[in-house]
Amino acid sequence: MSQPQNFGFGEEETMLRDSAAKFFADNLPVDQLHALVADESDPHRDLGAKWKPELWQQMVELGWTMLAVPESAGGLGMSSVAVAALCEEAGRAAFPSPLLPTINSTYILAACDTVAANAALESIVGGAAASPALVNAAGSWQDADTDVEFADGKLTGTTAYVQDAQKVSQFLVKARSASGLGLYWVASDASGVSLQSDAIVDLTRDQARVSFDGAEAVEVSSDALAVLEKAMPAVWTMVAADMVGAGEWELQTTAEYARTRKQFEREIGFFQAVKHPLVNAMVDIDQSRSLVYNAACALDHEPDKAARFAHMAKASASDMAIFVSGRAVQFHGGIGFTWECYVHLYFKRQNHNAVLWGDGAWHRARLADLLMGAAA
Amino acid sequence: MAEAERKDTPEQAEFRQYCRDWLAENSPPETDVRLPLTPLEIMTTDQLHYLQDWQKKAYDAGLVGCDYPVEVGGGGRNDCQRVANAEMQAAKTPFFPNVIGLGMAAPTVFYHAQEGKAAELLPRLFSGEDIWCQGFSEPGSGSDLASVQTFAEQKGDKWIINGHKVWTSLAHFAEWMILLLRTDKSHKYEGLSYFVVPIREALGKGVTVRPLIKMTGETGFNEVIFDNLEVDDSYRLDAVGKGWQVAMTTLAHERNAGQLVTPAAGGRVQQREGEAQSGFGAMSLVDLARNSSRNGKRAADDPVIRDRIMQEVIREEGFKQCRRRARVQGLIDHPMRIPLQHKLRQSELMQDMAQLATEIEGAASSLYIADENAPANGRWPLGHMNSFGFTIAAGTSEVQRNILGERVLDLPKSK
Repeated sequence: MSQPQNFGFGEEETMLRDSAAKFFADNLPVDQLHALVADESDPHRDLGAKWKPELWQQMVELGWTMLAVPESAGGLGMSSVAVAALCEEAGRAAFPSPLLPTINSTYILAACDTVAANAALESIVGGAAASPALVNAAGSWQDADTDVEFADGKLTGTTAYVQDAQKVSQFLVKARSASGLGLYWVASDASGVSLQSDAIVDLTRDQARVSFDGAEAVEVSSDALAVLEKAMPAVWTMVAADMVGAGEWELQTTAEYARTRKQFEREIGFFQAVKHPLVNAMVDIDQSRSLVYNAACALDHEPDKAARFAHMAKASASDMAIFVSGRAVQFHGGIGFTWECYVHLYFKRQNHNAVLWGDGAWHRARLADLLMGAAA
Repeated sequence: MAEAERKDTPEQAEFRQYCRDWLAENSPPETDVRLPLTPLEIMTTDQLHYLQDWQKKAYDAGLVGCDYPVEVGGGGRNDCQRVANAEMQAAKTPFFPNVIGLGMAAPTVFYHAQEGKAAELLPRLFSGEDIWCQGFSEPGSGSDLASVQTFAEQKGDKWIINGHKVWTSLAHFAEWMILLLRTDKSHKYEGLSYFVVPIREALGKGVTVRPLIKMTGETGFNEVIFDNLEVDDSYRLDAVGKGWQVAMTTLAHERNAGQLVTPAAGGRVQQREGEAQSGFGAMSLVDLARNSSRNGKRAADDPVIRDRIMQEVIREEGFKQCRRRARVQGLIDHPMRIPLQHKLRQSELMQDMAQLATEIEGAASSLYIADENAPANGRWPLGHMNSFGFTIAAGTSEVQRNILGERVLDLPKSK
């Protein structure tokens, strides 16, 4: 299989992207976002999720959580470049919602190819929000690691760094059973499930450590390694898409500031010490954006290369996000260092994104294993 | 290629078939001459003559200057040069030696020369019989091109030229030069004018060409000194004082033509665009690391080296995917945003890859091309040095960043 030259990005994708951009801009512009998620600056603030469930309901009704769900499971079965475009717009808006974990769950469930996974997909089509719970307390990004066990239909153990845990009704949990590593579908309000929210840096998300004490769960796959090998490239790609959108917001906002802020009787964007790093930021964003659409297109058209292209996209986006966020704060000067400047919302989301599902160094190490073979 | 073919007009489709047939019958002969890596590295007359013969043959067959009118020696076709280029690239032919002539002088002469001059000059330019060079930069005028001081003083219908041009690639082989100079010292931009000058016939009579030795120890470019050279007013392009506008035509074509802006870092055998994966691309660093002993161990097992190589692999793929995305209407915000990054991105990528290659080689990267023990015949230390030619020529990386910041991000102008 080979990729279409235009990434398969046509009219349908463009329309979805434009309507998503309008939805986010109309419903939660950055000043309202700041008022919503940054109303309390105390790091010891209450850990309740700050978001707008009514907007999330509208997103569900627009069908955005079922874009990647196959038509056979009642979804829309749209192209992955369309899904990437939606995630890019959500990132540009730094939108607080369980969109990303729910979409990622649909990719993992679709790869399971079981009756139980199909039922789980149907519940997402019906409006459920879900979050993959794949990381252990040690923060391992390796597919084989977990501290959760499954026996007699019940989960026991703890999983960590679960995204938007307060906003979802379902978890998709990786656990070890007698027959190997499996994936399990469990309701967040099931008996024996407890959430301990983390006090995180990122104000646009919530995160929790989720513990299971004999919680009833449904096995959606008995071969988690095979499923994750197939589905994780989609997860990496969609996070990277979010980062590209957020990076572009930082670039445009900082360029706007550099065009207007004056020091030494000139707009600061005149100075090459500001101008050139902003260009470097743009070059890095464009590289990441191109790699994201290449990886997304590979998911549908070149699956044998999807992992390598997704590693490239996430590695590139992680480094880009850290660099661009740093420049955005730095070039806003003193005001950029304050709570009242909106830039910190993006700085925090981007640095969180950078370590979600593997940071740049981890993805490069995996890519090296693919392209060079394991090191002796 | 397949997609390009589907979009061919009837004329293009017919011409494409013609090119294919002709190239199948007329592949350039095998040669013992060691061909240079880029047109700007032609050092010997053997190299030049081989490449000139090939250019003439291709011109006679109608594959050069296809879209120029018949009256000036062109093919009179519509949008067919890119068809010929694609077919010649697919046939892996050598490059044309008259790279400055084709890429910069021809469009400038065509659009700006006085009546009859294009018909006089262009046929021998297209055929490669007349090699052209470019007289823009001066010792005191690099990035700030409009500050050139070479001066022409009018005497009747003649001009007397004095001055000093540098970094003039191919001047030692050239018959003609495109020349940006000053005719008025009181205005920076409006004081510039533009000429074409027959430098070959004036050697020793007002023109001196001296080779400049590159930091690599190789020749390839020159300095050209004008000492009371007399030229006819008919060689002036456009009006007196319009030199900057004419130069913009030259530079616009230079940036699109992509010869000078195609780096040779690492010394790629094929300099054509879109071949970043060929023998000298980032994946060749993987082979190098497998075969290199660094600090007494196999470089390919060093986690830091592995990470660095993957950084370049990712940048190379990013470069390729940016070129692809630049053509997708729904995925670009500003039409010039990706195209204007092309030269910067490519030249710096090649430079960093060559530098990394020397790091992979470790202690052995100290051995240069004349050392029989040098890995890969010293190609990587050589390529690393040559890569600076591409981050400096045709607008330094710093100038490229100014252009991008000002035209795409709308930041205040530096001048």
